[in-house]
Order: sequence, then C-alpha cells, then structure tokens
Amino acid sequence: MNSHDPLGYAVVIAVMTVVVYLSRAGGFWLIGRVRIGPRLRKMLDALPGAIIAATIAPLLVHGGVSAVAAVTAALLAMVALRNDFAAVAAGLVAAALVRATGF
Amino acid sequence: MNESPKPRWTFAAFREGVIATFPLMPGLFAFGMAFGTVAARQGFSLLDAVAMSAIVFSGVAQIIVVDAWPRELTVASVTAIAAVTAVICSRFLLIGAAMRPLLSRLSPAQVYPFLHFLVEPPWLLSIRYQREGGNDPGFVIGSAATCYVTWVVSTAPGYWLGAAADPHRFGLDMVIPAFFTAMLVSLWQGPRKAIGWAVGGAVAVAADLTLGGFWYVVLGGLAGSIAGGLADE
Repeated sequence: MNSHDPLGYAVVIAVMTVVVYLSRAGGFWLIGRVRIGPRLRKMLDALPGAIIAATIAPLLVHGGVSAVAAVTAALLAMVALRNDFAAVAAGLVAAALVRATGF
Repeated sequence: MNESPKPRWTFAAFREGVIATFPLMPGLFAFGMAFGTVAARQGFSLLDAVAMSAIVFSGVAQIIVVDAWPRELTVASVTAIAAVTAVICSRFLLIGAAMRPLLSRLSPAQVYPFLHFLVEPPWLLSIRYQREGGNDPGFVIGSAATCYVTWVVSTAPGYWLGAAADPHRFGLDMVIPAFFTAMLVSLWQGPRKAIGWAVGGAVAVAADLTLGGFWYVVLGGLAGSIAGGLADE
C-alpha cells in the first residue's frame, strides 16, 4: 500500500514547489547579477535553439518511426506554411497515421 | 512629477499571448489528462491530484514523482523526490536566464511571483514575438496563464477517464515535439547559427544514452549554447 497520509503529501507538495520555484526564478536572478559581455550575449542568443535541439534529438533516437514522422511532418509544414497550428496538426496526423499502420 | 507611470505590461499583449498559445492547447490538455490518469492509478484522491497540478505546476516532474510514489514517506524518499524534481527542472535555470531581457521590464514585485508560472511555451513564443519587434511582457503572462488554466482544468477529466481515451493513438503525445520543431524553423538564421543546435542535439543524445535520467536537456542546452556562442565570434 502506498502512503497517502495528508501531512506527508503536504510536505511533498511543499518540497516540490520550492524546488520548481528555485529553478524557475534562480536562472533569472543569477543572470541579473552577471555583467553580460558580448561573448555571454552570443551564448544566450544560441540558447533557445540549443535547448530545443537537446529536447528533440533523444526523442528522434528512441521515439521510433512515429516520432521521426511527426517531427519531419511538422518541419515540412512549418517551412511551407509558416503556421504553428498547421505544423502541430501535421505532426499529430503523421504520428497517428504511422501508428494506425502498426509501427 | 505629475506624469503617470508607463504601464509595464498591457492586456492587449496578454491577449496576443493567449491567442498565440491556442495551437498548443490540445497537447497541453492531453498532457494534463495523462497526469490525472497516473494519479488515479496510484490511488490519489481527485482533490490531491488537482491540488498538485495547481500548486506545483510542473508537468514532467509531477508525472514522474507520482508514477514512482514511494511506499513510505521518509526523509530519504522525500529527499529523492526533491532531487528528481531538481534535475527535471534544471532546464528552467537556462530558460529563466534567457527570459531576463524581456521580463526585467516588470518590477521585481511582479516578476518574482510570475516566475513560478514560467513554462516552455511562453518562453519559445516570446522569442519570435521579440524578433518581430514585441517587447511587452504581457505576451508572456498571457501565454503562461493559458498554459496554467489548461493544465489545472485537464487533470480531472484525465482522472475520471483513465485510459478510456488513448492520447497515444491520436498522436497527442507528439504535440510538444511538433511545436518545438516549428519553433526551431522560426528561429532559423542560416547554418552558422545552427552549429549550436547540432552540438546541443548531439550532446543530449550522448547524455541520454550514457547518463539516462533527465540530465540530457540541461547538458545539451548548455553545451549547444556555449558552442553556438563561440561559433558566432
């Protein structure tokens, strides 16, 4: 039987909330205490693409055919149409089709 | 002395942020339902599940922690929960740093409470928003509010439905990867700027295969950012 006592649960929620908050506020706070020179500026500029690539790449490696199809379809739809909604829809349809065929 | 202070954010930008987040709502909803389902399976009450979504508001961390809920809550098991949560959320350290220019337009009394609600969609959407000339933090607040409401509201349907609807079958688990891909296309500025992306992806795959766990996003993001910054000099 898993533990579900109210006090323990409240403690877990409090601990998680503090940890999540420190990570969300910590980077913002810390970078405000650093002088941002041209080199750091360029690294911060490169950060968004790097985080996205780091999130997607492992998924492509072990997400199977449906993940590759979804990402490819989203990529093509976005290049062609420049529309977020079309890209997300294309990704979903591609994954659903691949899975319907049994991959 | 009689000039009225300029507003730090506007509802017009808030509304724009809400609308920009619409394409993600089905995926966020399915994600929230997945958490509700896991919580129901683990014997949590509906109130407990919704309370966790409303207070903690961190999708991946919630699912992982509830899925691996300890048999007994001891100091050791709560410490383990804190450690897992910290690793999963370490990427927010980078995201928060990247959000500094836009969010520092808010006063500290506004920005520090807001940061609790910082998630990926508002951050990513704000990058393009700023490229197109926007500089109103209301955009980010609107997008984050949309994510929050969707996340909290979706927990209960997932709790009740359980596995009746299979989000996997409809590809709903691919909404976030597809959206990330679309954002990457938006960010494209030629191959030279993409060197950091390649390094970030490669380091993430290597970290995922060797370390496992959730280190890959923050390690890949850091490595890619450093490589991309150096390649740009």
